[in-house]
Amino acid sequence: MARPLPPGVSRPDFSQALSQFASVVGKEWVFSSDEDVDLYRDSYSPFWHEDEERIPAAAVAPDRVEQVQQIVRIAGKYKIPLWTISTGKNLGYGGSAPNITGSVVLDLKRMNRILEVNEKNHYALVEPGVSYFDLYRHIQEKRLKLWIDPPDPGWGSLIGNALERGGGYTPMRDHFDAHCGMEVVLANGDVVRTGMGALPNAKTWQQYKYGFGPYLDGMFSQSNFGVVTKMGFWLLPEPEAYFSGTVSVPKHDDIHALVDGLAHVLNSGVVQGTTSVLNTASFGPPDPELARIRVGSSTGDLERYLAQKGLGYWTVDLPFYGPAKVIAAQWEYAKERFAAIPGVQFRDGAIYRFPLNESDLAKIPNPVPLGIPSLTTFAIGGPFSQGHMWFSPIIPMTGDAVIEATKVFEQVYKDLGNPAGALPGLPIWSFFARAFVIIYFFPVEHDIERNRRSREIFRRLVKVAADHGWGEYRTHTAFMDDIASAYSYNNRALWRLHETLKDALDPNGILAPGKNGVWPRRLRKANA
Amino acid sequence: MNCASIALVTLSALLAARGVTAQTSTSAAAAERGKQVYDKWCTPCHGSGEGKPGTISAQALYKGSKPAVLAERTDLTAAGIKTAVRSGVYIMPRFRKTEVSDAELDAIVAYLTRTPR
Repeated sequence: MARPLPPGVSRPDFSQALSQFASVVGKEWVFSSDEDVDLYRDSYSPFWHEDEERIPAAAVAPDRVEQVQQIVRIAGKYKIPLWTISTGKNLGYGGSAPNITGSVVLDLKRMNRILEVNEKNHYALVEPGVSYFDLYRHIQEKRLKLWIDPPDPGWGSLIGNALERGGGYTPMRDHFDAHCGMEVVLANGDVVRTGMGALPNAKTWQQYKYGFGPYLDGMFSQSNFGVVTKMGFWLLPEPEAYFSGTVSVPKHDDIHALVDGLAHVLNSGVVQGTTSVLNTASFGPPDPELARIRVGSSTGDLERYLAQKGLGYWTVDLPFYGPAKVIAAQWEYAKERFAAIPGVQFRDGAIYRFPLNESDLAKIPNPVPLGIPSLTTFAIGGPFSQGHMWFSPIIPMTGDAVIEATKVFEQVYKDLGNPAGALPGLPIWSFFARAFVIIYFFPVEHDIERNRRSREIFRRLVKVAADHGWGEYRTHTAFMDDIASAYSYNNRALWRLHETLKDALDPNGILAPGKNGVWPRRLRKANA
Repeated sequence: MNCASIALVTLSALLAARGVTAQTSTSAAAAERGKQVYDKWCTPCHGSGEGKPGTISAQALYKGSKPAVLAERTDLTAAGIKTAVRSGVYIMPRFRKTEVSDAELDAIVAYLTRTPR
């Protein structure tokens, strides 16, 4: 298979551009052979062995901001689309592969410097190639009393994950919200520092977010308006202790009181970490009798069966971080908030005090909520899983929304010929303040027909969710246009604004064309 | 065999022994370097203990006929290791050269195929 060219770029021009990239970063950091460029393909592509798979033309890997400036200027001259990656581990959302075939991947993995970690004011300043593992190891080696907030996959980039608006588990769980200050290379090669970073010799770049004047940081998230080359992050002072308590309620309709109580303890700050609401019947070890009741019997039958097993119908885990005495008081207060629900049960989980010793650490199945990066999440699809992607709508934090969304999405599966109960269990998460996110697991397989089926279901879910007023917070490159088109209020006014900004900031349309449905003018007609 | 021949044989043996020693030392250094790379990139999935997806997969695949912890295997080949890292296996994605360079991959191979154990 001949390597694709960037759209509209001749082979001689592309060769010239690659030579010029090499003069900037060195020949060894420009990848154009099949063997090297194939490493940038999406390992979990839902287009496995199909023509629609998005294939890069080449990759270039700078190691400092000045090189990024030169690369974007060369790309602008030849109108070559650049697809920026940080650690390239955005698996389930496209990995290191571009949104359009023929892009050159701008691989920032070599920019992996931890520029500052401040223990007294609890922040770090890092480059895009720094992973959660990297920063965690640095903090451990220096014996700093600081926590990071990793997402489930610890090999991701702090910058990449925050820009994709990913979430974790601790009180710093909203990763974009936890950032403070950026350095961005614009499409014309100019370097901008946001917030206090605009002040030469700023002393508070990582301590005060807003600086002076319009606050622009948000426009560089889930976007293609610039290449972020540095970012500050607020870190959590190492807490004294962690404790997780479980609230369990016996009836299907208890979801309303359960979620009302949850919203109260979250929004009042009594609980500051990510919680998950579980439908008990969807989890736990295989139980053929339970499976039979789920499909063919009434809600009352299911409630009675779960009660016989000593299980609630719904459970929610409440995590607490802080001084042990404060945690104990918070848990007592939370229990009072739920106590009026008939039959409610409370269960104490383990309490951990920090720092953990090696023995305690080895016993923890999933250390991520304790600020310790891990790859445990990759066991999610079973031992022979070949990949996955995620459908993740944001829904209101209400019992009504939980019930309605569950019914609506299950109906989509049924309508498309899947048996009831085939929908994977629905943990309903509070990764972000004030709203729930449901995260559906979609397997990606080395099977063209099954992948086509998954894509069909995925697109149907996007449409049905939009019809009900629910939108996705993030998605795989394969579905960016589908989801962007759902955000259509007032004749796509927000996306028309994005396009205005795109054309002003990137008139050659070189930065990640089509990222999150934002297309530059020269490619808009064909793709929008 | 005359004295000169004996001396020559002895010298050859000594040189060979020194060569072996030097080679062993080089291999040991490569394996040690490989262990560092392995610990950084591979152990989070293929190590021992709870929640290691690569180890969980190997347990399911080999059902005890081979060690599930990759570093305990003695049957791994350079070609197999390189293919896995550059092409991926099951849920394990490809690793780019900006993550694991060819030299680092050689070091991982040296570590996983080291002898003696």
